[in-house]
Amino acid sequence: MKPGLLLRVFALALLIVLLVAPQAFRDFFALFVRPTQPPIYTQGNLLDITLSHLMIVAIAIGLSTMVAVSLAILVTRPFGAEFLPLSRAIANVGQTFPPVAVLALAVPMLGFGTAPTLVALFLYGLLPIFENTLTGLTTLPEDVMEASRGVGMTGWQRLTQVELPLALPIILAGIRLSTVIALATATIGSTVAARTLGEVIIAGLTTGNTAFVLQGGLIVGVLAVLIYDSLSALEKWLARRTGRLTRADA
Amino acid sequence: MIEIDSIVKTYEGVPVVDAVSMTIQPHTICAVVGTSGSGKTTLLRMINRLVTPTSGTIRIDGEDIRGIRPYELRRRIGYAIQGHGLFPHWTVAQNIGAVPRLLKWSKADISARINELLELFQLDPSQYRDRFPSELSGGQQQRVGVARALAARPNILLMDEPFGALDPVIRAKAQEDLVAIQQRFGTTVVLVTHDMEEAIYLGHNIAVMDAGKLLQFAPPKQVIGRPATPFVQELIGTSERPFRLLSLSKIADHLEDGDADGDPLPATATLRDAYSELLWSGRSAAPVEKDGRLVGRVSLDALARLAARPQ
Repeated sequence: MKPGLLLRVFALALLIVLLVAPQAFRDFFALFVRPTQPPIYTQGNLLDITLSHLMIVAIAIGLSTMVAVSLAILVTRPFGAEFLPLSRAIANVGQTFPPVAVLALAVPMLGFGTAPTLVALFLYGLLPIFENTLTGLTTLPEDVMEASRGVGMTGWQRLTQVELPLALPIILAGIRLSTVIALATATIGSTVAARTLGEVIIAGLTTGNTAFVLQGGLIVGVLAVLIYDSLSALEKWLARRTGRLTRADA
Repeated sequence: MIEIDSIVKTYEGVPVVDAVSMTIQPHTICAVVGTSGSGKTTLLRMINRLVTPTSGTIRIDGEDIRGIRPYELRRRIGYAIQGHGLFPHWTVAQNIGAVPRLLKWSKADISARINELLELFQLDPSQYRDRFPSELSGGQQQRVGVARALAARPNILLMDEPFGALDPVIRAKAQEDLVAIQQRFGTTVVLVTHDMEEAIYLGHNIAVMDAGKLLQFAPPKQVIGRPATPFVQELIGTSERPFRLLSLSKIADHLEDGDADGDPLPATATLRDAYSELLWSGRSAAPVEKDGRLVGRVSLDALARLAARPQ
């Protein structure tokens, strides 16, 4: 087993123990608090909060992926080419808006809770996926595209059998980027009462409890690294399968 | 039969193919030769509607191709391109089965056809079926590309510089294979190339194009002997003409009676090969063998006569 993989398995194991039996780390986190403060966050179950955090990210990025990939497909078809600048602009706006501002604007419309957080993460996730899907669909090898027309595929067959499978590794890279951004950004959703790991961090900040901040931060950080790595590995595997990467590069 | 009738293609007012008319007879190889930018590839791509003509008509067996949906037309016509264009995410078997699958053949038929074609191209099915294109050599990729084009048994095969990316040895082998396959199946082949040597070797007829115009459309012998314009002559190469002429015929067709000394030459070799061999071995004549028997001789004198400009 490679040392890198070993390290990741170890990190995953630590994370699971921290989520399922946080009291096991009681003595470690006690180093960071005054004797009067609780070293482990107990106002909510850490595992539940983490799952809720992941769920919010998954739903938001799922929606971003659907919208961004569909948009990119539309604007790379001959009939949609004139909408390319417009759709780029829309996705860019989603990216330049600070997520906090989206939260502040969305709360009056959607109320407190999960909904405004979902909207912010969704908008934030659009651009990387959209840009990557565009890149993937516009940099396909020319002889392969020529051949797909030459063998008599219809437009739909070309899209589903050739273009999307070949662009998939690049699309996935966009999804990976958006997911990691959303994992971190979701923490601020706690300010509008979404159930995310931000809750733990904010509780720590307001009571001056460094151990809480550490717990929330560590869980988000380790999750981000693990998800990033597994998506990278999936991309590499796909890229090798689709022949866009030779064995030597991988 | 492919009838091309005053076909024109302009891009932004500039003609790329300019009023080209020609009739390609069934079961023949037509080699379209020209320099880059001569419009030869555009002409080829209009036959399977990858390019839409600005004006003019193309008929296949009498049927105007504008009446056939492009994707249906393309499934009926084999298409092989330079750099093969294999789908990198599909195995060799999936690549070859592409058109039959689009035509909704049964799985068993497709599988049988894949094996048949792999064997035809001397690729062991058990070894190559499940490989990806990136796991093949250049020559193997090219053969799979041609196999894919032939998979649905098309009557017509279009080839755009199919051997351009191959090294000379593999290239010669691929050309031989193409001739053998064309003779076996009687496919009508339209092949685009910039290499006059290839055109002379493969083509029953040669179409020479320059700047969008068809300069000459004739059998190789006539193109060599009676080039229509100075440009055609230049493409053939003035000093090469006698040798190109010799390369058109086999020894077997010009046997003389009698005997000669030295190693025999095979009757299947071209006259050009014979000429070269005689010069190199310093003989004035050589015996010719066919199926292990001596059947006659070939002499420098006769070859010199045959290399002269046809009257």
